[in-house]
Amino acid sequence: MNELISDILIGIGVAFDFFGCLGLLRLPDVYNRLQASTKSVTLGTWSILFGVFIRYGFTGVGVKALFCIPLLFFSATVAAHALMRGSYIFGVKLWEGSVVDDYKDEAGSE
Amino acid sequence: MMSVLDVFLYTLIGLSFMCLYRIIRGPSIPDRMVGIDIFGILVVGICALLVKKTGKAFLIDIAITWAILSFIGTLTLAKYLSGKKLNE
Repeated sequence: MNELISDILIGIGVAFDFFGCLGLLRLPDVYNRLQASTKSVTLGTWSILFGVFIRYGFTGVGVKALFCIPLLFFSATVAAHALMRGSYIFGVKLWEGSVVDDYKDEAGSE
Repeated sequence: MMSVLDVFLYTLIGLSFMCLYRIIRGPSIPDRMVGIDIFGILVVGICALLVKKTGKAFLIDIAITWAILSFIGTLTLAKYLSGKKLNE
């Protein structure tokens, strides 16, 4: 039973990873690519790690997999935010179909 | 006969090749860095799957270490992009 639930969770995670990487490949802009891929790939990896935790329970491996989830939560989101801010300051133009640029005034005043 | 885990594992390896395409063909430098960041997160998932497939317990330690190192590497690259020194 645990084996089946773990396989289903890992399948959901692989599907989220697939859609995130599809966004990385197909979208037109560096901001759109980060927006699409970093969140869904992080969620998919959480799901895979949680599936491993369901399979192994509260043993050494399972607790380490459970520990990896908040670690990935903080590190992936902070890294994506820093990367987006850095690429704005680096001077990457927005895609011509983008409709709003709220960060322009704030970055200009620094 | 391939099991379900083999199918998932090969799918994840194919996804990392999609990231590799973005790293090689990315039009600008930030595009390549996005590819590196996403690749680092994918490898954590691959290591966790390998734990379930092979039953070797040390691979989950590699996953944790890879998550931390990928975080530090991406922060350093973002700092380089915004044109500041590392101690600012």
